[in-house]
Amino acid sequence: MKRVTANLKCCWICPTVLLSLFVFVGPPAIAFPQEQITKEELLVLPGEVGRPGGRLVVSLRGEPKTLNPLIAADARSREVIGVMQADLVHINRARQQTEPALAKSWKISPDGLSYTIVLRQGLKFSDGQPLDADDVLFTFRVYLDENVHAPQRDLLIVSGKPITVRKADAHTVVFQLAKTYGVGERLFDGLAILPRHLLEKPYQEGKLGQSGSLATAADQWAGLGPFRLKEYVAGQRLVLERNPYYWKSDAQGNRLPYVDELVFLFVPNADAQVLKFQSGETDMISQLGAENFSVLSRQQRGYTMTDAGPGLEYNFLFFNLNDAGEKTSPEMQRKQKWFREVKFRQAVSAAVDREAIVRLVYQGRGAALWGLVAPGNRRWGNEKLPHPAWSFERARALLKEAGFSWSNGPNGESTLLDSDGKPVEFSILTSSSNADRAKMAALIQDDLKQLGMRVQVVPLESRSLLDRVTQSRDYDACIMGIASYDADPNSDISVWLSSGGLHLWNPSQAHPATPWEAEIDRLIEEQMSARTFEQRKKLYDRAQEILAENQPMIFLASPNILAGAKNSIGNFRPAVLEPYVLWNVEQLYLKNGTENATR
Amino acid sequence: MRVRRVLTRWLVTLGVLHGIVGFAGFFAPYDPVEQDRKSPYLPPMRFHLIDGQGHFHARPFVYALKLREGSFDRYVENTTEPQPVRFFMKGARYRLLGFLPCRRHLFGLENTRIYLLGTDAYGRDQLSRLLFGGQVSLLAGLLGAGITLSIGLCIGAVAGSFGGWRDSLLMRLAELFMALPWLYVLFAIRAFLPLAVSPLRAFFLIITVIGIVGWARPARLVRGVVLSAKERDFVRAARGFGATHGYLFRRHILPETSSVLLTQAAILIPQYVLAEMTLSFLGLGVPEPVPSWGNLLSSLQQYSVLVSYWWIYLPALAMVPFFLGYLGLASSLQERGAAYKIESRIWGI
Repeated sequence: MKRVTANLKCCWICPTVLLSLFVFVGPPAIAFPQEQITKEELLVLPGEVGRPGGRLVVSLRGEPKTLNPLIAADARSREVIGVMQADLVHINRARQQTEPALAKSWKISPDGLSYTIVLRQGLKFSDGQPLDADDVLFTFRVYLDENVHAPQRDLLIVSGKPITVRKADAHTVVFQLAKTYGVGERLFDGLAILPRHLLEKPYQEGKLGQSGSLATAADQWAGLGPFRLKEYVAGQRLVLERNPYYWKSDAQGNRLPYVDELVFLFVPNADAQVLKFQSGETDMISQLGAENFSVLSRQQRGYTMTDAGPGLEYNFLFFNLNDAGEKTSPEMQRKQKWFREVKFRQAVSAAVDREAIVRLVYQGRGAALWGLVAPGNRRWGNEKLPHPAWSFERARALLKEAGFSWSNGPNGESTLLDSDGKPVEFSILTSSSNADRAKMAALIQDDLKQLGMRVQVVPLESRSLLDRVTQSRDYDACIMGIASYDADPNSDISVWLSSGGLHLWNPSQAHPATPWEAEIDRLIEEQMSARTFEQRKKLYDRAQEILAENQPMIFLASPNILAGAKNSIGNFRPAVLEPYVLWNVEQLYLKNGTENATR
Repeated sequence: MRVRRVLTRWLVTLGVLHGIVGFAGFFAPYDPVEQDRKSPYLPPMRFHLIDGQGHFHARPFVYALKLREGSFDRYVENTTEPQPVRFFMKGARYRLLGFLPCRRHLFGLENTRIYLLGTDAYGRDQLSRLLFGGQVSLLAGLLGAGITLSIGLCIGAVAGSFGGWRDSLLMRLAELFMALPWLYVLFAIRAFLPLAVSPLRAFFLIITVIGIVGWARPARLVRGVVLSAKERDFVRAARGFGATHGYLFRRHILPETSSVLLTQAAILIPQYVLAEMTLSFLGLGVPEPVPSWGNLLSSLQQYSVLVSYWWIYLPALAMVPFFLGYLGLASSLQERGAAYKIESRIWGI
């Protein structure tokens, strides 16, 4: 039975592919049915006109898990999916503003509750099947289906109610919100429009989770992005080819993307990426550490390294403020008495030499940080946030006020004692795979030694680190980093809200544990439904101030976005938002007379 | 006699080397954990006798290195001011041999700091870290070998002198221990231990783990010696005269094993130093900021360090004279006790 359906499917796909190829390749000599020759409404991109052809090779740290946007949770899968899929409205990574994508235009009703989106006419998926409003309806039905467990679902729930989607005509869709949503059309960024013709059957059978594995046959997978699946070699590479139906063109009307193939090589780690790039096997490199960046800059041969400036990653130290109730061990209770003391946290913050972190960890290619909004985010930072200088005196004064005292050892070293006369000792967890944060921990350890605190640094594998912080919650303090995916504050919503999973010092609370957390919750919720940027900014600034006063997260530093590309790559413009170098992949091209046939 | 002379030579060499490491506080100019954040990855300074103007100085001097403007790890020599090296000067506090409070250092500079082997990522003095790190690594080797040999001696003696089912059981157990992939077992054991352990506890944990792991080979050797000694004529004679079990063991059998044990010690110590280095290199040993030879080398796991700063490799060279010394000692001990056939597999743990 099964074989018959498979065969049928093949029979049905092959003629359509052939037919649509014909349309694309040459002027039709035969008369086609009316629907086949609807004019395509291409999006014309300004900027440098490139040269078609060639292949682009980049490396990925490990294999992506899936091509299916509904189950992709890891950064590598998202990077690959990003070049194979497209969204209705897209945030331009360079300008950090929205621009039309699959949607030709959109209109927001005066009450801010309904969004009318008009699709481009005549668009096709990478397998040649046309796109219409039904695909959009299907996509959002799947995202919102609780049984699918799509990670996108949370983004589509506004004040507890899911967004409703309605079809107005074949190319117009209306989204209805329960409450005004400050983010506006940014909401649609990153929500890939799925091919209904391929996914409806697995969806009805409840097998969506199994679709889109890397081993999928090339003709069984499609998207609206600039590239489509060609070949996957397990453990080695993923080869994508140019999507001939892509809906963008350059200023001269040439259809994008320029390059014929995009190859992702799988390598085990960052050092291997550097080696591949150095040897010329890959054309571009991003997410570089400062040390590797300076190694590559020192011996530039045929490539150029670019420092795109501060990004959106913020690194911070936080203490365990969870309330485990009666299960807390006496030792933990004693430690948490310090951690809960605001002056203790402020003292730690005052004693951290952020300037040294920027210099020694990032070799100066980074920025010191005092608040959650990283300096790369130019619109949303609060300039009035205090930047207290590094000062042991202030730290000691704060500790003294909080009832701490010091005892002197025989060798002249002093030990910090709490109000019960017990020495202050705790451990800081860091991810063992992240050398940068391990270095920060070593510097902080030394800074806190000056205050008489005995600190141990414990490197832990990142998976078990996250489990400890969010699940078992058995730790003292931890250093982590988060990279926001967008400049809008809503991308960090789960850090801000006390109910959020990334509210790391005390995640997923039923009710806010402290008055200031309740106040932040209120500000952030209000900001979400505020209509104008100024209103939102004001509320958001206040939330940043409260966070800075209470120091549940002691912000450390933010690294610059560092990237590099061969000189033969045209239109290379790394952005500070993910995906740093592939955001304009359709415009990248190989300059005249250069051949990159390396593999 | 020649054998004896060679043996003495090796013993003196090792004594001097261990002395330097033992008195690390005196030979090292600085505290090994002290960070000089203005000088990360500073290359080794050179001793000079002749300055820029061609003048000869009787007292050796160095030029202070200054960070080049706008650079992270490029330094320029400040050749205008030679910094004469002072000897036996007062500096950072330390405890000689772990208990005597002291402030004298062999050498140092008056105004700036001297880095003969350069600095690491945090501006810590590599020479001081190398010397203090040697204390950790060598002590781990010595104590670990001590534990192994005691266990090996007990088990080997029991197996050899009682024979029968006890012998078979213990020797099968020994075979099992030898067949295990030790590095991975060490990982597993270390992973089960508590997360945050103080450097001192971590150190003793490592020693115990390393020490317990390797008893099988010495135990088998001791058993062999005991078995053959038991059947010697003079032992039979003593037994004939009515010597007790305990007396025989104490007076005749145990002394026979001493040569095997000493040789084994000379082989095991470097092996265990290496084991400690492996664990620390992989981040399972003594935690930062306490130095050990293994974690001094661990920053070489990063490609950027590997290609940029050659002086980070120096701790790897430091162990070479120690290993040579121990191997020389082992072979002369073996020559001396040539009556016993000693398996000289050195590098397999």
